Amino acid sequence: MIEQQPNSDRRRNSAALDEARLRQQAIGVRLRQMFDDVVNEPVPDAFLDILRKADQRSSENG
Amino acid sequence: MADNIDRNAGRDPADDKAFKTELVALIPHLRAFARTLAGDPASADDLAQDAMVKAWDARASFQMGTNMKAWTFMILRNQFYSEKRRSWRQSQLDQEAAERTLVAVDDPEAPVALDELRQGLAMLPAEQREALILVGAGGFAYEEAADICGCAVGTVKSRVSRARRALHAILDDGAYERDGAAAGDAMRAILADAERLSTVR
Repeated sequence: MIEQQPNSDRRRNSAALDEARLRQQAIGVRLRQMFDDVVNEPVPDAFLDILRKADQRSSENG
Repeated sequence: MADNIDRNAGRDPADDKAFKTELVALIPHLRAFARTLAGDPASADDLAQDAMVKAWDARASFQMGTNMKAWTFMILRNQFYSEKRRSWRQSQLDQEAAERTLVAVDDPEAPVALDELRQGLAMLPAEQREALILVGAGGFAYEEAADICGCAVGTVKSRVSRARRALHAILDDGAYERDGAAAGDAMRAILADAERLSTVR
């Protein structure tokens, strides 16, 4: 059977689908950006100091 | 942990060095994951530091060549939930903690759309938010996220998909409102920002 749906309706449906997909992608981009913003921050010195101390502690024990 | 220190005795210093290099490279990721769990940037860093030291102490139980990022994220997550159980201060509703967490931004100039995404995330149930962050932002496969959360792969998949749908609805359909602005505006702002970002990159 020939497609009964008028062209304009079909176009509208596919446009709505595209938009939904685009929106999900946009949320994904922002989500990654939110996470990457912190990843890209310089690491506070405290982290390396603490790790160095833990390393010394373990070499004294080992 | 005396147990771990004993197990670390007699390890090849070269193994320790390789482990340490890889662990240091993961610190930024641990900080980012901690920021999505803990109450504010300072306690997030405390959490990330605790997890880093725990990982170092437990290095004998890590098999080099396997996924250290997933392993350290699992340690951090366990640390967070065990502290939370211990601490009476954190016995408030999850929702409340989540709102404080995700709203905590260091940069007052942070784009509004990002702020609204944080607010939207804060409205999700904790397990959905966590799954979405691991897969959608942390870059983990469903299988890895399942290992980190200690649940089945199918559970992670359904949590991520429910989180995506809910977030979409929150941002789009006015479930979230701020300063009288309709949430549809939040979605438009996010779209505009995403478009700008994708053209810049």
